[in-house]
Amino acid sequence: MNPAFLSELRRALPASALLVEAEALHPYECDGLSAYRQVPLAVCLPDTLEQARAVLAACRTHQVPVVARGAGTGLSGGALPLADGVVLSLARFNRILAIDAENRLARVQPGVRNLAISEAAAPFGLYYAPDPSSQIACSIGGNVAENSGGVHCLKYGLTVHNLLALKVLTLDGELLEIGLEAPDSPGYDLLALMTGSEGLLGLVVEVTVKLLVKPERAQVVLAAFASVEAAGAAVADIIGAGILPAGLEMMDNLSIRAAEDFVHAGYPVDAAAILLCELDGANAEVSEQIMAVRDVLLKSGATEVRTAQDEAQRLKFWAGRKGAFPAVGRISPDYYCMDGTIPRRHLAGVLGRIAELSSQYGLRVANVFHAGDGNLHPLILFDANLPGEMDRAEALGADILRLCVEVGGTVTGEHGIGVEKLDASCSQFTPEELAQFHAVKAAFDPDGLLNPGKAVPTLHRCAELGRMHVRGGQLPFPELPRF
Amino acid sequence: MEADIVDRVRQALAGKTPLQLRGGGSKDFYGRRAGGEILDLSAHRGIVSYEPSELVLTAKAGTPLAEIQAILAENGQMLPFEPPSFSPAATLGGMVAAGLSGPRRPWGGSVRDAVLGVKIVNGKGEVLRFGGQVMKNVAGYDLSRLMVGALGTLGVLLEISVKVLPRPAAEFTRAFELAPAAVAEKLAEWGRRPLPLSATCYHAGRLHVRLSGGRACLDGALALLGGEDADPALWPTLADQQLPFFQGEGPLWRIALPAAAPALNLPGECLVEWAGALRWLRTDLSAKALRQRVTSLGGHATLFRGGDEKSAVFHPLSPALLALHQRLKRALDPAGLFNPGRLYPEF
Ligand SMILES: Cc1cc2nc3c(=O)[nH]c(=O)nc-3n(C[C@H](O)[C@H](O)[C@H](O)COP(=O)(O)OP(=O)(O)OC[C@H]3O[C@@H](n4cnc5c(N)ncnc54)[C@H](O)[C@@H]3O)c2cc1C
Repeated sequence: MNPAFLSELRRALPASALLVEAEALHPYECDGLSAYRQVPLAVCLPDTLEQARAVLAACRTHQVPVVARGAGTGLSGGALPLADGVVLSLARFNRILAIDAENRLARVQPGVRNLAISEAAAPFGLYYAPDPSSQIACSIGGNVAENSGGVHCLKYGLTVHNLLALKVLTLDGELLEIGLEAPDSPGYDLLALMTGSEGLLGLVVEVTVKLLVKPERAQVVLAAFASVEAAGAAVADIIGAGILPAGLEMMDNLSIRAAEDFVHAGYPVDAAAILLCELDGANAEVSEQIMAVRDVLLKSGATEVRTAQDEAQRLKFWAGRKGAFPAVGRISPDYYCMDGTIPRRHLAGVLGRIAELSSQYGLRVANVFHAGDGNLHPLILFDANLPGEMDRAEALGADILRLCVEVGGTVTGEHGIGVEKLDASCSQFTPEELAQFHAVKAAFDPDGLLNPGKAVPTLHRCAELGRMHVRGGQLPFPELPRF
Repeated sequence: MEADIVDRVRQALAGKTPLQLRGGGSKDFYGRRAGGEILDLSAHRGIVSYEPSELVLTAKAGTPLAEIQAILAENGQMLPFEPPSFSPAATLGGMVAAGLSGPRRPWGGSVRDAVLGVKIVNGKGEVLRFGGQVMKNVAGYDLSRLMVGALGTLGVLLEISVKVLPRPAAEFTRAFELAPAAVAEKLAEWGRRPLPLSATCYHAGRLHVRLSGGRACLDGALALLGGEDADPALWPTLADQQLPFFQGEGPLWRIALPAAAPALNLPGECLVEWAGALRWLRTDLSAKALRQRVTSLGGHATLFRGGDEKSAVFHPLSPALLALHQRLKRALDPAGLFNPGRLYPEF
């Protein structure tokens, strides 16, 4: 490391907030996508705005890239360090600054865990709606950077729908106040632009979120189906019937069995697929909706429909779903989690194609996902110790994502592009669109030092891959040579 | 038609002549006066795709809002943010560019909440797509929501996908006679309960409240709420500003505040929506004095109609944010072709 840079970092931070020794850096070498690993130059753990600003100033002076890091649970390598860069961890920005029950909002630092917000709001009968399965660990800053969702976003929206304001530090030390506690702040919607920007546009140092009044009652209905297609069709039927469930999740047989072995949720292990449909609201409303949903499910061919008898059973039903990833982790040495979103009407077809691809590649695929949003999470099971399996898993994953784009969907619904889906996103965007993204980044970060190389592939990379975007059978820039 | 629009943009780029983007002209009054030749987009119309069970509608930007609302109504669905039209000519593109939401906004979300994807022509004459037709999509920066409320300054909207929702099974409107001091308390009390509120309006001593939801749920809520039955026709009239309060030439301010902010205590007549978060004020007070008060309450103020056309219509931005706006504008529209000055005088 450049000694001048190091001494500037030392001036910026107390000794306890600067890690440079190999073993201290080790825990930061990857995020939740552990297939990619890289040790950074240093890890900075500021706990004041001034310290964070000083770290950014040092990086700017010495042109050293910075990767922001929340809790490191990201699944696309967004917080993966760069060999020539520092990691700026927000772990010590962990204070809840205010719970304003009157205006139903919370002002928190970015390192605060997602669930901690709801816990702090609970005494006021309020909660923060987006609930990623990782909510006990992931940070709200990371949620903003990824626009994270959860099992309840069908009704309550994603992170972007539940934010009011951000404070963002730019590389040149400017503190931008984006959004307000009042609706529709003036000017461009920078709040939306920042959300999901994967740490490439600025460092989020404060977050104001909306809180909601806890519904009077929540109830979950479990329906079993003899085929994945039937379950997929039932999803469209429920929504077509004008019902908007709080959550609508699907699991296929492989994940049902894995989850049942793991948490004993009481799932029907012979079903080809189950749907979990949560309804919430006023007591009478929930009763009314349960009747309606049962009706639709039975008409759509459910072989069994169960309503949780009490809160304990409801939580059990959800525990199976929320524990599905680790459950699958128990039945396979490794798994690879995909995250495509498709229009719901293609659910049955795409699931069928995934099954075909699975047998073609000789790798099992478990499906457990946000069916109501059409957000698939195929889990590809493999063993990294077997030669070639990891490559096969990646190739299968790439095929699945291409399939999502083909039917009008996207390569990532909520986990982000990170480093993992750079190649896959080449098939989703034209070179002009990618160039537009790069221009937007330059408007925030002209030196290109904030998490460079993530989230948006370079035009060069896409061209080299030969996976240029094809729309309507026409190659963009047909006159340009392919290198 | 799309090709014609792209051609016009490329010509404008070549000739460095700014364009004034115009849908149905229903919101000509809104924002500052933009310079440039008029680019009429109202012929670029038609619904591209609509599948009710997907809860998504995609249409060309010039499609009349009324046409979209009609087809949604036929299928028991709606635009959840209840946008104002102001005139039958209003288009989908204008709705997105203005980003104005109606009475349901605090409960049903805003225009930007519902926008899923756009196809635009940027200032280089390139046709670009951002977002898509699916509920969740985090590939690339969210440039589709960035278009909402940008008043056409970042690109020509060609096509827009929006999320739609089922219409509530039933709706009731109730009215209450209440002194101004009692309203905030009432709203706060209702806000603490999981009541299916979907609109509020307080003006001249009367508070109107709308409840939406399933029958069973509404029965309980209505019993709890009390009040007298009132005409539900209030809400579209309110959204489109056809109430007498909105008539006349004097300046009309649109003031957004944290919902529980105290009374404005400014001279003039006030109408309050969104459970306190939106306050319309008719006043001759100077922009400076008004904005000072509003800023101190954590809000922002727009000169919605009337007043001094050359003054700042939208709440001034901090120097850092203004500079960022200018850089973003250049990133999308390097030659400054689209609606220059419509949003802020500086770009
Ligand atoms: C078991 C498991 C289940 C999961 N379930 C879900 C789910 O249901 N839904 C879902 O959406 N995701 C899920 N995830 C993914 C992950 O938890 C989310 O993406 C989460 O938001 C990441 O938060 P984090 O604090 O761990 O961020 P990190 O992984 O540390 O960082 C993620 C990205 O955010 C950037 N970043 C972090 N903090 C800041 C900041 N303050 N300012 C600027 N940029 C910042 C980083 O640079 C990086 O690009 C799951 C992950 C796991 C491991």
